[in-house]
Amino acid sequence: MSKGLIGKKIGMTGLFTPEGQYMPVTVVQVGPCSVTQIKTIDTDGYNAIQLGFGEKKKSRVNKPMEGHLKKSGETRFAFLREIRVDNPAEYSLGQAIKPDIFEIGQRVDVTGVTKGRGFSGVIKRHGFHGGKKTHGSHSHRIPGSIGCSATPAKVIKGKKMPGQYGNQRKTVRNLEVVDIRPEENIMLIKGAIPGSGSGIVEIKKPKFAE
Amino acid sequence: MERVQQIEREMMRLDLPDFAAGDTVKVHVKIKEGEKERIQVFQGVVISKRGGGTKSSFTVRKVSYGIGVERIFPLHSPVIDKLEVVTFGRVRRSKIYYLRKLRGKAARIRERRIN
Repeated sequence: MSKGLIGKKIGMTGLFTPEGQYMPVTVVQVGPCSVTQIKTIDTDGYNAIQLGFGEKKKSRVNKPMEGHLKKSGETRFAFLREIRVDNPAEYSLGQAIKPDIFEIGQRVDVTGVTKGRGFSGVIKRHGFHGGKKTHGSHSHRIPGSIGCSATPAKVIKGKKMPGQYGNQRKTVRNLEVVDIRPEENIMLIKGAIPGSGSGIVEIKKPKFAE
Repeated sequence: MERVQQIEREMMRLDLPDFAAGDTVKVHVKIKEGEKERIQVFQGVVISKRGGGTKSSFTVRKVSYGIGVERIFPLHSPVIDKLEVVTFGRVRRSKIYYLRKLRGKAARIRERRIN
């Protein structure tokens, strides 16, 4: 079966385990997805399936996209993502992929775009400790020294500095699947996943076994 | 977000009686000792109730051998076996932390009559 599918983050809450432990969970709407394109080594140089998720109004779809989507069915998908597969011959165009490819208790990797924080300082962006807040100090949130003097007379590459933070594609690996509700297409994943509520995420089988 | 609230509602303990700050309650707590499970009763005054959804909790205070003991329970925790309201107290605020400074006679709470 497919190694993953597309989902939409709904929000976070917490559940109690039977032992009374509070467990943070993320509620994700997963699928139903549909195969919109099958890529093979012969035609594209690699094996993958393209999945569609969500729906768009007809007026929002341009003609090239409409032509592409028509090959697999009538739905005008809002989001398309590719998932690598080993054997593309197993899939057919328009095939539905549902969250039942996962099992409860299994681990998954979740990829999404993190919340954008704009141009951030080093404390928020890299977790620097910052300077003194009181005792006459004026260096509250500045990074401090960024290098040596005449030797090497330059700032080393990769030095952690202020800059754009967030709005990046990130993957969180090996999160536990707490619950799957196939009739509602809802999955509960332990812990936090990238992005804000209603953000689009890819949920995949884990790349690295534990 | 409504879906989140739906899921939270499934996890909530709706079997517990209504109670508020100022009430004296008996909380029957499940305690696991190795293999065995037993029930311990913690009786005291509810001095605070806070939070919403599955995160809500309440604080019970009692004076044990002259020493004040407070325990915070998650309201929807499966650890709570049963909750009984012993007396309903009449207090004028939702957090009665002033009780911590009072001892003996001063720490009494007027009873609220429920029809």
